[in-house]
Amino acid sequence: MSRFVARSARETGFFLGIAFFVILAAFPFYWMVITAFKQNSDLYNIANTPFWFNEPPTLDHIKYLFSQTLFTRWLLNSLIIGLCVTAITLLTAVPAGYSLARMTSRRGEALGIFIFLTYLVPPTLLFLPLSRIIAELGLQNSMWSLVLVYPTFTIPFCSWLLMGFFKALPVEIEEAAIVDGCSLFGAFIKMAVPLSVPAILTVVIFTFTLTLQEFVYALTFVSSSDQKPITLGVSTDLIRGDVFFWGEIMAGALIAAIPVAIAYNLFLDRFIAGITGGAVK
Amino acid sequence: MAVIAEPVAKPVSRFHFIFDRRGVFEAVLVAPAILYVLLLVGLPLLLAIYYSLSAYTIYNPTWKFVGLANFEQILQDPTFFDTLRNTFVFTFGSQLLGLVLGKFGAFLLLRPFRGRKIVRALIILPFAVPVALATIAWQWMFDSLYSVINWTLIASGILTREQAPNWLGNPHLAMLCIVIINAWRFFPFAIVIFLAGITAVPQDVIDAATVDGAGFWRRNYQIILPMILPIMAIGLIFGIVFTFTDLSIVFLLTMGGPGGATSVLGFAGFQTGIVSGDVAHGAAISLFMLPVLLVVVVFMLRFIRRREI
Repeated sequence: MSRFVARSARETGFFLGIAFFVILAAFPFYWMVITAFKQNSDLYNIANTPFWFNEPPTLDHIKYLFSQTLFTRWLLNSLIIGLCVTAITLLTAVPAGYSLARMTSRRGEALGIFIFLTYLVPPTLLFLPLSRIIAELGLQNSMWSLVLVYPTFTIPFCSWLLMGFFKALPVEIEEAAIVDGCSLFGAFIKMAVPLSVPAILTVVIFTFTLTLQEFVYALTFVSSSDQKPITLGVSTDLIRGDVFFWGEIMAGALIAAIPVAIAYNLFLDRFIAGITGGAVK
Repeated sequence: MAVIAEPVAKPVSRFHFIFDRRGVFEAVLVAPAILYVLLLVGLPLLLAIYYSLSAYTIYNPTWKFVGLANFEQILQDPTFFDTLRNTFVFTFGSQLLGLVLGKFGAFLLLRPFRGRKIVRALIILPFAVPVALATIAWQWMFDSLYSVINWTLIASGILTREQAPNWLGNPHLAMLCIVIINAWRFFPFAIVIFLAGITAVPQDVIDAATVDGAGFWRRNYQIILPMILPIMAIGLIFGIVFTFTDLSIVFLLTMGGPGGATSVLGFAGFQTGIVSGDVAHGAAISLFMLPVLLVVVVFMLRFIRRREI
């Protein structure tokens, strides 16, 4: 009997712990959802219980977001930025990752570490000189400045990720192709690249999410509303004067956050494998 | 079908042989990535160092060299030391809190149970969602009038409406808020890192320790912890670097306020260098991050080297 009590106490403790973590992690998102669909009269009445709808839910905030603000424009900007940065990243990081994986000398390894370390150089150290460089190039206040700058962190990260992947790919496949008359470049394009489609897909997803998550460069380089990416637009442009339109802000944040959250969850393990870079053997 | 039997007649470029040498081939493939990074990370880094030694402002873009004058002026400003202290409190406070939460979370998630996948997906959310969007959700939760946290405290009888704190209006509470948000953002990362580390510990090592009489704590702290230390170190390095240099939470939540109580290095550099246009002083403020980053980098390099031996 006492064993049963102890056991159920332990079980209860365990699930209370799980519940604590789930509420801690997910409550702000629950709060976004509730706020996004609440009527203003419900939202700004402190007598109401805030956790649920006291008046019927409404789509007004979302309608307003799409019709009266630049929200669709920001979505489009983010899409364009994401696509361009992904293209640049793939064109540079796939060959770099492959080359770093196949270099047998010490120098190759040093290069790999060098590229990875540049990922750790923070935007807040680079934004001043970069803003001058962007002004020189005539890209100030344009989303194309972000297309230029975002690869500075996606290339190091993705090269490192791909290097790990290519290292795991048996070199014998390429050697066989070379023996059969393939050039080195042919072996890379025709053998290694097709075999690395899953890794390349991961890189695409990560480049996209990294561009969506970025805030500092966007804040520094882009000030016109119609050039902003979604994250910056929602967090800085829906506030008029001192008035926060919480319904619209939360609706916008929710719509922007959902795709990133899903993508991240699907590819999380690869992300962790990427940054820990084989610290676990 | 005779085509197949014909000898190879594809035009071989003159550069073919050069390109087919392994060293050249590898260098050509890696060059675009290296060039990109050198031009847009390496060059700006050098430029930042030069700016900090010059009198450059956006109104007067001069390259005049002034030596360490900017740094001297910054060090004479008492608010700068507040900023420096805030940055350390923010970084280490949130990393410590995140690490503790991460350790407990990982401990719970280690056990299989129904719905573990969904629980994990929900717990990952804070790390997955763009920090700027999460920060404005928190800002709404810390609202001076409509704060859901205060509502709950009042409704449960812990506080009266008059006692309800103004989270972002009080210097200490505002600092607590940014620490909490950042810890909240990083604890899922810590959980995942812990889990990745623990699941990589071979079961036979743990079994062997158990057979040799090691109890729960001994297994945890003398077998598992040393084995997951490397992966924890990497996770912590990331956390420290990205927190120490962050400005988005502060920018969106408190604007460094109230009265500079939450101003951190990244934010101060932004305010001086971008908003006020004093590029030279802004660059100098930002460069105070460099020593911490260098320590982290050296630590990481040593760590990578040790792993290989």
